[in-house]
Amino acid sequence: MTILEFKGVTKRYHVRGAGDMLALDDVSFTLTSGQTMALVGQSGSGKSTIAKILTQLERATSGEVLLDGKPIPHRGPGLRRYRQRVRMVFQDPFASLNPYHTIRHHLARPLALDNVVPKDQIEDEVRALLTRVRLDPDATIDRRPHELSGGQRQRVAIARALASRPELLIADEPVSMLDVSIRLGVLNLLADLQRESNLGVLYITHDLATARHFSDQIMVLHHGVVVERGSADDVILNPQHEYTRALRDASPDPDKHFAGPTGEATTRSDAS
Amino acid sequence: MTPDPLLTIERFSVVYDVDPPVEAVRDVSLTLARGEILGLAGESGCGKTTLAYGIQRLLKPPAVITSGTAVFHDAGGDDIEINALDEEQMRAFRWDKVSMVFQGAMNALNPVLAIGRQLDDVFTTHRPRMTKAERREECARLLDVVGVGRDRLRSYPHELSGGMRQRVMIAMAMALRPQLMIMDEPTTALDVLVQREILEQISELRHELGFSVIFITHDLPLLLEISDRIAVMKDGRLVEIDTAHRIYSDPQHAYTKRLLGSFPSLTGDRGDFVRGAGDAGHAAGADAAHPATASAATEEDAS
Repeated sequence: MTILEFKGVTKRYHVRGAGDMLALDDVSFTLTSGQTMALVGQSGSGKSTIAKILTQLERATSGEVLLDGKPIPHRGPGLRRYRQRVRMVFQDPFASLNPYHTIRHHLARPLALDNVVPKDQIEDEVRALLTRVRLDPDATIDRRPHELSGGQRQRVAIARALASRPELLIADEPVSMLDVSIRLGVLNLLADLQRESNLGVLYITHDLATARHFSDQIMVLHHGVVVERGSADDVILNPQHEYTRALRDASPDPDKHFAGPTGEATTRSDAS
Repeated sequence: MTPDPLLTIERFSVVYDVDPPVEAVRDVSLTLARGEILGLAGESGCGKTTLAYGIQRLLKPPAVITSGTAVFHDAGGDDIEINALDEEQMRAFRWDKVSMVFQGAMNALNPVLAIGRQLDDVFTTHRPRMTKAERREECARLLDVVGVGRDRLRSYPHELSGGMRQRVMIAMAMALRPQLMIMDEPTTALDVLVQREILEQISELRHELGFSVIFITHDLPLLLEISDRIAVMKDGRLVEIDTAHRIYSDPQHAYTKRLLGSFPSLTGDRGDFVRGAGDAGHAAGADAAHPATASAATEEDAS
């Protein structure tokens, strides 16, 4: 069981001429293997700052980030080992893959750098990774990113994140750049992988509907403060904080929209 | 069903004349009623933007309109065949009768001019008889109408948030009181809260001013809420067009069903998307039954 703890983390950015900007204010949460937690909030709420601190692209101003009870290292081999265990999937599969390299290169490189498998097994491991993300190895391994669709590219990016056999995955808006009809496929894949490997997943998104369906817990961030957290259904169906309610009510919800005039009670009535 | 048509598109086709040629819009016919909000749904590459550009003759080579007509039924009683207008007539027609809010429009403002100046340009070009004072008052009024406020006339784009910049673009599109506004993903880059405000504003203004809207987006749940009718496009073809309610409750085409099935319901039943359902969930997803139509068994204990 891997446990990543965010303990009272505060992050200030210096803005020239405007003093300090408080991006995160005393944020605490735990990420556990086998669990998916969604982090929702509008732009500027601090979602990505959390991702940056988790991957140590930024350092917290105060507070602690602990992996299995130990502070995470800021540099050197320790940081590298940490990053093997906690991996990131980025939003834009068009920008996060190198157009000059084949898919084989994208997956073989982390395997070689992190000494995941002996050199002579790298090719087999690359194929196994592609199979895990439901891509056909023969059809994909020699391609370059531009020859693949957006969904296929994001699958490659996920395979790359899985290469170092991480225990936790940080997915920052992993499907928002993809076409709608393939989004669920990628989210289902993440859910399957999470079960197969008992991964802990932090799903960062502004889409409340997928947050609800693909997470165990939801945490709502507003101006750097966690305003609400709880089980996915509770937070969406019975929000306690007015900001969560505002977000929920602003999200398109045709079920509710059409429930009234037709009398088809396909949704439960508003719990509040 | 459309007692007072504003725009009649008949057998419209657009081909991108590259090798091999791409049929971006194939034989699309539809009629837009006056005051109607028509949602145009479909995924990237389905031809929805090409169609919207095509009916305003905004397409550039290699795009070629290979067949079809778009007739605009002017409020004054004239029928204007858009393809028959010459360059000068077209220039006068655009923005005056039909305006457009482009995708990512908020980044289309000129960064070195105050927004008041940019609004003023519209009137200087299209309403040369207006005096400076009239133009100024009209610009100020427009900013009030879209909720930005006249005190921002002298603001530069970088001093406004994304949502405010998008409102300025909507103000600009409304400046000449067009009868039709075409909006191409106008709120996709914005937060849900800002998006909701802008949508409500568009809806209110539509009631006040009576213009029609063609609203283009891939976000079907959004369209279901704001549109009177929805047209679904795939591979350049119009596969289905019906009222929002019928598209929601009784979609006919398999692709419409699939699109609807791509959006998990926010507050409805977990349906096909229950975590842990594993392979069953995938199979059901392929069948594209809309999650909300399944029984709401999981909801009862929650209430």
